[in-house]
Amino acid sequence: MKSLVSISDFKVEDYLNIIELAAQFEADSYRNLLKGRIISTLFFEPSTRTRLSFESAINRLGGNVIGFADISTTSSTKGETLHDTITMVSAYSDLIVMRHPLEGAAKYAAEISPVPIINAGDGANQHPTQTLLDMYSIQKTQGTLNNLSIALIGDLKYGRTVHSLIMAMKHFKPHFHFVSPPELQLPKEYLQILNDQHIPYTMHSDMLEVLPEVDIVYMTRVQKERFSEPMEYERTKNLYVLRNAMLAGAKPNMRILHPLPRVNEINVDVDASPHAYYFEQARNGVFTRQAIISYLLDL
Amino acid sequence: MSDIQGGNLIVSAIQNGTVIDHIPSNRLFEVISILRLETIATQVTFCSNLGSKTLGKKAIIKISDKFFKQDEINKIAILVPQAKLNIIRDYKVVEKKMVTLPDEITGITKCFNPMCITNHQPITQRFKVVANNPTTLQCFYCERTTDEGNFNLL
Repeated sequence: MKSLVSISDFKVEDYLNIIELAAQFEADSYRNLLKGRIISTLFFEPSTRTRLSFESAINRLGGNVIGFADISTTSSTKGETLHDTITMVSAYSDLIVMRHPLEGAAKYAAEISPVPIINAGDGANQHPTQTLLDMYSIQKTQGTLNNLSIALIGDLKYGRTVHSLIMAMKHFKPHFHFVSPPELQLPKEYLQILNDQHIPYTMHSDMLEVLPEVDIVYMTRVQKERFSEPMEYERTKNLYVLRNAMLAGAKPNMRILHPLPRVNEINVDVDASPHAYYFEQARNGVFTRQAIISYLLDL
Repeated sequence: MSDIQGGNLIVSAIQNGTVIDHIPSNRLFEVISILRLETIATQVTFCSNLGSKTLGKKAIIKISDKFFKQDEINKIAILVPQAKLNIIRDYKVVEKKMVTLPDEITGITKCFNPMCITNHQPITQRFKVVANNPTTLQCFYCERTTDEGNFNLL
């Protein structure tokens, strides 16, 4: 029995299998592989986008969904432990998709549950299905995962999607460019991993330095509340907003990804650019999640 | 032995049991707590603030008729990696043991991450030892690390 809790649960072979399966589901999405099966979606923390993406994936596979979108309607508010909730729900369903505000919750659930767990986000820790849909989007737009030049821009300190993407893409000979305000640089432990594995990277505070060179731009939001000094936020906020005029020198194959929701870090004038890919990326999430569910259940 | 000062034996010798030596004085009570010495029925003596060339001030614990299993004693390695054990039989040191840091630690300290599930639900803490000197533990659940300066013993 397999679960997907952390991106490091999967090996290169698993990534490639998921991407291949996602392509098959994109070509033929409505299949009855989950007919008669029940999938639980437990959202102890609300996330409309992720939940609907999973539920769309389950419905396309012909499965039934039970679960909750809001913790206030559950026994957890009466003090039921996560242990008891997972034990009960695993008796009702064939697989559990869960999001929880506390870090490590999905790992703990996977330890207890006799059915597979898919982590749909545990606090600031892991969100592995996002990483797999990012990888599928990269493969789809570039035709390969190998030897790509990837810029990661914005909040590289707290952004869990950035950390997971680095850990997954490091297997494919990437060249990383990290662009962030000094306060939000990539944590040293990740730089150490890249150093140890001789993976090249450069660090910048101005995205214009890297935009003409890269194949993938991965944007994240710089949040005001991450700054200890409000003045520093005011000074730097506009440096991390991508505008259409900045894309003039970009390579034709360059695509812009964003885990969404976006606030203002990608100006709406970018949406019409052939480089913009974030809405297709979100759509790819449905096929990727179909792939992950069928992979874990050996359908 | 270093517990003889001014010609007086300040901690009496034991006939059989274990002497834990080279404990930094400020860690004595934590070691007592980790080894749950309060539950031991035989004679336990401890002495703190003894002079030590390497530690400045050290503490010693003597436990009569108690012989620890290696995994039991290794629990104190996260706090006092330099501790030494003397196994005493018939007033003689018959064996000297060092503590060794295990690869995995269960219980003992809390995860430093306030958002970790283990700090909110009745779950036994589990850590992978990722570095020594200073000892650094990685939570099995939230994957965050806790280092020696931030241990919060259970």
